[in-house]
Amino acid sequence: MAPLSAPLEVGFDYTRSLGPVLGRFMTGLRDRRIEGVRGSDGRVHVPPVEYDPATAQPLSEFVAVADEGTVESWSWMPAPLEGQPLAHPFAWALVRLDGADTAMLHAVDAGSPDRMRTGMQVRVRWTPEPVGSIRDIACFEPLEGPAPPRPDPSGGEPVTMVTTPVHLHYEHSASEEESRYLRGLAEGRLLGQRCPECGKVYIPPRGACPTDGVPTSEEVELPDRGIVTTFCIVNVPFLGQRIQPPYVAAYVLLDGADIAFLHLVLGCAADEVRMGMRVEAVWKPREEWGTTVANIDHFRPTGEPDAPFESFAEHL
Amino acid sequence: MNTDIAVVGFAQAPQVHRTSGTTNGVEMLVPVFQELFATTGLSRREIGFWCSGSSDYLAGRAFSFVSAVDAIGAFPPIIESHVESDGAWALYEAWVKIRTGEVDTALVYGFGKSSAGELRRVLALQLDPYAVAPLWPDSVSIAALQARVGLDRGLWSEKEMAEVAARSRADGAANPHAQLGGAVDVAALLEEPYLADPLRAHDCAPVTDGAAAVVLAAGDRARELCERPAWISGIEHRVDSPVLGARDLGRSTSAAAAAAAAGIDGVTVAELHAPFTSQELLLRRELGLSDAVRINPSGGPLCGNPMFATGLTRIGEAAARVMDGTAERVLAHATVGPALQQNLVCVMEGRS
Repeated sequence: MAPLSAPLEVGFDYTRSLGPVLGRFMTGLRDRRIEGVRGSDGRVHVPPVEYDPATAQPLSEFVAVADEGTVESWSWMPAPLEGQPLAHPFAWALVRLDGADTAMLHAVDAGSPDRMRTGMQVRVRWTPEPVGSIRDIACFEPLEGPAPPRPDPSGGEPVTMVTTPVHLHYEHSASEEESRYLRGLAEGRLLGQRCPECGKVYIPPRGACPTDGVPTSEEVELPDRGIVTTFCIVNVPFLGQRIQPPYVAAYVLLDGADIAFLHLVLGCAADEVRMGMRVEAVWKPREEWGTTVANIDHFRPTGEPDAPFESFAEHL
Repeated sequence: MNTDIAVVGFAQAPQVHRTSGTTNGVEMLVPVFQELFATTGLSRREIGFWCSGSSDYLAGRAFSFVSAVDAIGAFPPIIESHVESDGAWALYEAWVKIRTGEVDTALVYGFGKSSAGELRRVLALQLDPYAVAPLWPDSVSIAALQARVGLDRGLWSEKEMAEVAARSRADGAANPHAQLGGAVDVAALLEEPYLADPLRAHDCAPVTDGAAAVVLAAGDRARELCERPAWISGIEHRVDSPVLGARDLGRSTSAAAAAAAAGIDGVTVAELHAPFTSQELLLRRELGLSDAVRINPSGGPLCGNPMFATGLTRIGEAAARVMDGTAERVLAHATVGPALQQNLVCVMEGRS
């Protein structure tokens, strides 16, 4: 049977502080003005660099440059990807703005590759609502005809932060061993596997035994009860939390397993949970089961005598 | 201090468009390690140092390399390190570790499941996060900007680029690990549509899942483990500015500097980490390789590009030409970053 796989979406806003050089550059963009920085050799860097490429000294002499420039190289993007400046076909270009000595990478809205050539003149198309980001430059456009009316500078406090949304899409695959475990959970079974060399039983089973470097192989069905080896009391609220703190996250070592896995221990006061405490699984209603360890809602104390420390000291 | 260090073993996973395995590489790495232990006669417990190269962004999760450590059997504790880069840079770290005299063997591995995400977009996250990455320029488009610079300047032609692709595909046919290989007609390639003008599909390395591993050893230990070790006579890595518009994309000064420092005179085989045809032509010029130097007899990255293992594979493939006696002195090149930003050159030779 093929391993289980599912889409994995990774998304976050990357928020960065800017510092004096990039902060001034982004503030300028917000105000529809492009500024570079002069290096020790007199060259004007746009976008500005914080440190001189030749001497590594900090740079601070800002130089205003034009919002028109020359294409130094270009490539054509027939099928734009998510997040790129334009949703219709466009050119990527290295544009050296008039007054600058280095080129900046951006998009050129040219309509067709036939209109692109190295050496062509382009001008900035500003975005209607600048915020202090490289994307305040919506794109460049071929310098033809009269310049459009220049929007008024927006002004405001200096820009000190930039936020970049990141969205990536993956197809995540579980290993063959994990897939057997996850399919077992959908049937209410806890399936571990035994390492053929050292004999240790892992749940979830592993693509390779961390002691021997060989895949686990022999299937072992484990009971849904065991002991708490170690635990922590969660007192801190955080985004996405499903239970009101305080609560206990614990390593549960099922009877017959050689590795503990993380789950919740509920059903008693948090301060009553202890190492060696015997616990059993509380399953969700069968109609809610899927290929997930969340089929077990939590573990609860069984009331049996605690396991002696020596019996699990090797598993901490 | 150990001064004589050699590659004594190399193994790689099949280069395939997509595996059904996990992004932590364990399934690909376990057989690769078993092959290496079989060919060198080493056991896992005899490896002095382990070093790997991979990328969390490729895997789409944090600390993905930690799971890969399972494949090497990390208990009882081992000496292990990781670089968020191609495995070639992990090999450099291992070479330094052996130089210190602390260990006399090292196993270096690199792996990547490029197919798990959208590779062209994932690689945008290695760019300047302020003025470049927020535009999401993709890796193929950036290579196309570099290809255009050379075309405009007359450094290479689209026909020469297609000839690189055709030669690579022909060589790939003889490499059992290669993803692509076979006879292609240059004129027909030039009729294909552009993927990112001026690059066509054949100008670009295929998206590839894979893994590679190399064993290094010092002095007498190397001679015990391998009949004809590939002795490292020079290894250097250099870096150019990450600012694409501030460097001459028609040059790779860091590759030239690394080659000069490593000392590449007399090499007859060069495995170049050029995921784009134009980059191979650029590197040939920058390294000053004559027509007599055999480039990428393995088929090279254009026939299989397992991200974060491709550079290490170049070292392994070049070393294999020494170990099997078909070459005396070889060059391996590895790169990371956009448009050949960072470059590593490793020169290896046989010794009687």
